[in-house]
Amino acid sequence: MVVGKRVRRVDAVAKANGEAKYVSDMKMPGMLIGKVLFSKVPYGRILRLDVESARCIDGVHAVLTSRDVPGKNNCHIVFDDMPFLAENEVRFYGQAIAIVAAESEAKAFEAIEAIELEIEPMKPLVDPERYSDSESPLLFGKDNVFSHHKIRRGDIDRGFSECEAIIERTYLTAYQEHAYLEPQGMLAVPSAEGGVDVYGTMQCPFYVHGAVADVTGLVQSKVRIVQTTTGGAFGGKEDVPSLVAGWASMLALSSRKPVKLILNRTEDFFSMSKRHPSRTRVKIGATATGVIKAAEIDILFDAGAYSTLSPVVLWRGIVHSCGPYRIENAKADARAVATNKVPCGAYRGFGSPQTLFAIESAIDELAKELEMDEIELRKINHINEGDETVTGQILSDSVGLQECMDKALAQSDFFELREKLSRETGPIRRGVGVSTIYYGVGLGAGGTHLARTGAYISVQPDGSAHFAVGTTEMGQGMRTVLGQIVAEAFGIDYERVYCLPVDSSRVPDSGPTVASRATTMSGRALLAACGMIKGNIARVIADEFGTKAVNISFGEGKVFRADEPSRFISWESAVEKAFRAKAGLAVVGHDSSPPTSWDEKTGHGDAYVVFSWAVNVAQVAVDTRTGVVSLEKLWAAHDMGKAINPQLVEGQIEGGSLQGAGYALIEEYLIDESGIPMNPRFSFYHIPTTADAPEIVPIIVEAAYKDGPFGAKGFGEQPLMGIAPAVANAVYNAVGVRFREQPLIPERVWAGIKEKNHEN
Amino acid sequence: MKINFKLNGETVSAEISPSDRLLDVLREKFDLTGTKEGCGEGECGACSIIIGGRLANSCIIPAFQAEGVEIETIEGISKTDMGKVIIEAFADCGAVQCGFCIPGFVVAGTALMRDNPSPSREEVVTALSGNLCRCTGYEKIIEGVLEAAKRLGEGK
Repeated sequence: MVVGKRVRRVDAVAKANGEAKYVSDMKMPGMLIGKVLFSKVPYGRILRLDVESARCIDGVHAVLTSRDVPGKNNCHIVFDDMPFLAENEVRFYGQAIAIVAAESEAKAFEAIEAIELEIEPMKPLVDPERYSDSESPLLFGKDNVFSHHKIRRGDIDRGFSECEAIIERTYLTAYQEHAYLEPQGMLAVPSAEGGVDVYGTMQCPFYVHGAVADVTGLVQSKVRIVQTTTGGAFGGKEDVPSLVAGWASMLALSSRKPVKLILNRTEDFFSMSKRHPSRTRVKIGATATGVIKAAEIDILFDAGAYSTLSPVVLWRGIVHSCGPYRIENAKADARAVATNKVPCGAYRGFGSPQTLFAIESAIDELAKELEMDEIELRKINHINEGDETVTGQILSDSVGLQECMDKALAQSDFFELREKLSRETGPIRRGVGVSTIYYGVGLGAGGTHLARTGAYISVQPDGSAHFAVGTTEMGQGMRTVLGQIVAEAFGIDYERVYCLPVDSSRVPDSGPTVASRATTMSGRALLAACGMIKGNIARVIADEFGTKAVNISFGEGKVFRADEPSRFISWESAVEKAFRAKAGLAVVGHDSSPPTSWDEKTGHGDAYVVFSWAVNVAQVAVDTRTGVVSLEKLWAAHDMGKAINPQLVEGQIEGGSLQGAGYALIEEYLIDESGIPMNPRFSFYHIPTTADAPEIVPIIVEAAYKDGPFGAKGFGEQPLMGIAPAVANAVYNAVGVRFREQPLIPERVWAGIKEKNHEN
Repeated sequence: MKINFKLNGETVSAEISPSDRLLDVLREKFDLTGTKEGCGEGECGACSIIIGGRLANSCIIPAFQAEGVEIETIEGISKTDMGKVIIEAFADCGAVQCGFCIPGFVVAGTALMRDNPSPSREEVVTALSGNLCRCTGYEKIIEGVLEAAKRLGEGK
């Protein structure tokens, strides 16, 4: 069995020795450098945009504005409201207005400087709470609301009337920047016959494919998208690469030369997507014995200037807003509203980290109100197999929550630890906190039209096999994991299997690489393709073995009669025979996800095909003199059905948890009251370093998913999602102050402790 | 202006302008693209090189400062015995995910272990604290350096 083994990543050495080529490392003969003129005004009318003098500069080959867009100046994501290049007005600081291509970066800068631009500033809408004020500008529809999702379940009035304790709290979360180490970038190459090939860093080649065809006016068959080695994404390369590819492609087609367009870090910060800031009000109540009877939740997401992915991010946010609990009566409303700020989009967790921060903090606050242990309150209300989620979905299998809870508590020795830490005295106080969460795997009912995958496999005459999928490797280890799945299915050595780069011309549209879906969904398509090839080989071999094809099995490098395993030939001989018999050894397998459902009016339905589960135990130290919170140790128990490669699973847990620790404690992207970004660079937006990393204990739980490849279900986003509430709960345990605003930066914590001491 | 320096063991020269960054000269003039640009302001360490025996961020070094100095990039370091051991240890420990930061970590690990062949965990944490990684949570990178130190020690 290679599934379940810690095999080495296929790409590790080439990345470590510097040979792997990221898009910024690529060069082409005659290649030009692309640059973008971004708006430095958050909201304004374009009075003048004159590019004639820029065009006259020697060495400048193209200067384009919205007037020069050959196709549709509209980047389709969910709605159709965002232009590639601003037309009559700009709506956020960082919006693209014009693009240039020149023979050097210096020339490109010179061209940008030479563009004559006059913008009449208008009063921006910056505070999302003011989206419906009469003096706020109307940026979208009739009320600035991009999306409003609802959940209506049972009768909350009756539910609250049965409660002994009810709390009402408001929780706030800030922007988070993905901070992938490789900035956004594309290289567009015009082909001699009028098409364009685009190479670049991305999560979703088929989004880019559609976008490039739209903006260039080319037929889709003449557009080819190749993903280059991608230096991290985390949701940040889901939708926005479509913009970058659109700009590079227009420049390449206009100049008839290859154009490489790489954003620098500051440009990337202020123009590309972020995690939505949010405000969530929670009213939740329970009986004296701790049975939660009702929850009422109101969510507001600051979506920024264009809708981009907000409708679906918000949807995941509301579906996860009640946590992994049985709640009979619930009413939830979620709105994503327009502001004159950078459009927010996908980021690991996709709307759920915000709502989980609220509900998982609220559960602890409710426990306090009930004078009940927060672990006990969770256990009483945790959802189990056979129970309904808040959207009415009955959980039929693969519910690993209980096991995650048991293992996280046992390995951390939670109760003993909490008791021990509570006895500590002095200016540094320690505490522990938990969060229990779940994650709907795949696109679910919010994206059924995209929920398909394709996979190409070609078994070579020597018995090795290469394959291609339409989902992408961005660092998570997909190529390695899928290689293990293919090797296992054929019963051959992992080293004989090779995953090709993603090329939109080689595989069918496989939807986006998001929602932790690649292992599960591309795995299913690969198993379908392996099944077809094995069937073709079996038909050739069956005759020789005097049996039917269905009686032929594969494993351990052999092809054999299932009922008589001593009758076998080697995989290589079988392939050779099949090849000579002209059997199909190169096929495309297809998969579409199991069905989901959703009623937009009631928020009722089978939202996702399956859920993953997690329990985090965080131990913090709070310096009461400075407000500095250190996350010292984290026990992170995750159920992903089956760890195809435990080393890569640990990598996801450790990496995602540290991003969550950054979100909990230090990361805060700031846009001031006039709409200007304040810290668009790493020297002012800090992400955790080795010195900030806690000891992380990854705990693997495998509650098999019957429809997943070898029982696996996606979970890559989950490690980030529950860290902020576990940390806030631990800080409360340490110092007795509840922080309802993330991140818990020293200023905030220090002020909170001071206020509490003042009250006492 | 023309500068002469030693690059990965070879004597080289380059025609540069006074405002050129060393990072761009290495990447553009010598095609040494293993040295990456992550931030352009010396914060992330993706452009780590060893210059005159010391670890440095090449994005904030003017190219003219290379005059007469010895420079090592990942392309040179990966061919040294120590570099090979670190890379193998990183691959075995699962230290590599997206990989964009990893050449910088290999360079930083090399700089550390040349001075201190058997570093403690604390010393590794401190030595790598100038390099950002967003994927791994650092644990497996730290393990990778410690494992490399162990293997190098055993090899003697």
